[in-house]
Amino acid sequence: MEKKVFQRPKYLKDAVFHYCPGCGHSIIHRLLAEVLEELDIGDKAIGVPPAGCAVLAYNYFDVDMGEAAHGRGAAVATGIKRILPDRIVFTYQGDGDIAAIGTAETIHAANRGENVTVIFVNNGTYGMTGGQMAPTTLPGQNSTTTPGGRDPDRDGPPIDLSQMLAITKGSTYIERTAVNSYKNIKRTKKALTKAFKTQMAGLGFSLVEILSPCPTNWKMSSVDAAKWVDETMTKIFPLKVIKDETGKRIDN
Amino acid sequence: MTKKTVFSGFGGQGVLMMGYVLAVSAMRDGKEVTYLPSYGAEVRGGTANCTVVVSDEEIFSPVASSPDYAVIMNNPSLAKYEGMIKEGGTIILNSSLVDTVPPRNDLEIVKVPANDIAKKLGSERTINMIMLGAFVAKTKITSLDSIMNGLTEIVKGKKASVMKLNRKGMDKGAEYAAKA
Amino acid sequence: MIGEAAVRAGCRFYAGYPITPQNELTEYAASAMAKLEDGTFIQAESEIAAINMVIGASMAGARAMTSSSSPGISLKQEGISYLAAQELPAVIVNTMRGGPGLGNIAPAQGDYFQATRGGGHGDYRTIVLAPASGQESADLTRKAFDYADKYLTPVMILGDGMMGQMMEPVEFPEPVDLSKLPPKPWVLDGAVGRPSRLIRSLLLDTSVEEDHNWKLARKYETIAREIVGGETYMTEDARLVIIAYGTAARIAKGAVKRVREIGLKVGLFRPYTLFPYPNRMIVEMSRFVKDFLVFEMSTGQMVEDVKLALEGRSNVHFYGRPGGIVSTPDEISKEINSLYHRRHLEEE
Repeated sequence: MEKKVFQRPKYLKDAVFHYCPGCGHSIIHRLLAEVLEELDIGDKAIGVPPAGCAVLAYNYFDVDMGEAAHGRGAAVATGIKRILPDRIVFTYQGDGDIAAIGTAETIHAANRGENVTVIFVNNGTYGMTGGQMAPTTLPGQNSTTTPGGRDPDRDGPPIDLSQMLAITKGSTYIERTAVNSYKNIKRTKKALTKAFKTQMAGLGFSLVEILSPCPTNWKMSSVDAAKWVDETMTKIFPLKVIKDETGKRIDN
Repeated sequence: MTKKTVFSGFGGQGVLMMGYVLAVSAMRDGKEVTYLPSYGAEVRGGTANCTVVVSDEEIFSPVASSPDYAVIMNNPSLAKYEGMIKEGGTIILNSSLVDTVPPRNDLEIVKVPANDIAKKLGSERTINMIMLGAFVAKTKITSLDSIMNGLTEIVKGKKASVMKLNRKGMDKGAEYAAKA
Repeated sequence: MIGEAAVRAGCRFYAGYPITPQNELTEYAASAMAKLEDGTFIQAESEIAAINMVIGASMAGARAMTSSSSPGISLKQEGISYLAAQELPAVIVNTMRGGPGLGNIAPAQGDYFQATRGGGHGDYRTIVLAPASGQESADLTRKAFDYADKYLTPVMILGDGMMGQMMEPVEFPEPVDLSKLPPKPWVLDGAVGRPSRLIRSLLLDTSVEEDHNWKLARKYETIAREIVGGETYMTEDARLVIIAYGTAARIAKGAVKRVREIGLKVGLFRPYTLFPYPNRMIVEMSRFVKDFLVFEMSTGQMVEDVKLALEGRSNVHFYGRPGGIVSTPDEISKEINSLYHRRHLEEE
């Protein structure tokens, strides 16, 4: 008898991802859908997709989705969660969305301790609009708006939003992971699980920042892009648990 | 009959409260009323004023461009409003603090030394009720009893002793106006 | 007044940001929501955050509102565009002040275009209701929530600093029984035993976006048929009709009463829906009235709608005081008087 060992997770629709080869979004989508299924929270989940490459996330997730304007995910999620506190509310945002135009909404949602989960995909570029400098673009990294590379004297250094959010009293769990290797993917799934458990236990704001390759805009092969995450990106954005105040209140 | 009154003084003199009590009292009398407090940056400088319109018919403008009456609690208020008051209008003046008299001779001026009376009563906080008592006694726009009922409705829960003091202040003010 | 009326209309979510002259409403909402078991008040970090929180609450099925004054409403326009696009109900109160820019905090009507033309980006309109008294503020607030739910669209209550500050006696309607409101078969509350739902405004396929635009346009036509309204005052025999809304209409009414006393045949028309605009009522009047005087606390915005309605059928005159100046009935009476004689309206 045949045994099925791999299938589409319950909360992903039967659709083909539009993401580029080597892009991290597809992996992150799958991980998220798996976590929703494993924690049995997909039926009460409400997702808030961003403006950015993941703007079409609602074509893939088979859960209720309410689209937010660019950067406003945390505010929209706040409204939903306050009206329906027993549902699971998450946002899915890119670096430009969360760490540039939506910085204020995100910091204040974290500071209020909104009991929502934020998935922050950091690929160091504005992918959808064609590779302009993102708030997280590394020093020296090329972009279409930083010819010759990002110059911190001219453009400012990359911003570490997760660290900033960790300072707020309302944030409970913040971890930075990546999806460029098997090991990191496993770790990302674990972090996502913990983030949702944090919300399920009512402990406050949780966020997983995921370093994600963008071979297209980085102008690299998929393999080189995955390597670049390890060798360059993590020097500025080290993978680690940035804040964990869940203590013994949730099981790991 | 439509009568417009301006109440004006320092913040803390209970100016807005005077207007609000009058508005609620006249409303309970069955009149049409509007109450328009001053607001925003204007009140941050320490002055406060409000306009109350009491009428038998629909009130069009809640603004008093030329009020019939003015209750003036300090010098700057007198300077601000004396020129605007309608010809033949009435000013109720807190003569404890206002040391000038408007040069216009068409106005009736009722001087009430509210701070001095309040001191004798033992509570500075009654000055607004003293002035309101004088105002009502002079203008008969409503009755002292209506004012008392209005006040009771607004500050419900206040101690009987405080209300008694307010009544006393109001009556004293009314007495003063009757003499004037 | 609007705060209490909103609570009685079943509003259970308010998010806002401090701005004068409308802080009374925000503060009232804070205490009123705290008293309700199911009420939520959030003082947001910005006007933008506030309107987006309202979007979230509306997605989740709540009757939700926000309020601000002119500069803050400019910031909210992003969210209002999304509400219109995503066909979500919400109520927005604009207590207009003098502008542009920071302007001042005095009553003005300079946001008419912004309110009635949509305000944000894209091809949409917002229902705009303009109360002229405390009672009407309460009544129109109730209607605003009902219209928002019925037509799935943002509704703006357009007042001014005067309407925002003034107190008048009001009789409030009985509170709405939330359980008796029509169901919302579109809310995002978790896909339990039903297919997952999506509320979005991104329509990359141009033909889909076009269909959506036409759908919205048809909706606005329905709204125009069903809810348009205005009040007439002494227009029956009038040779000159003043058209004004909100605080300007109150003042104009006082002026009309005055000039009637000296025998001028002048009336007042006061639209209380600004979108949809009561075109037909004005056209109807133009059969007998050949002169209209539009009075606004602006340099002239609604006057364009009057001209559009009349299409040259009658003469349209304008008198305005922008910048936070509140005219007196006296001033308007003089203006009416002079126009009346200039146009020889006293002649048989």
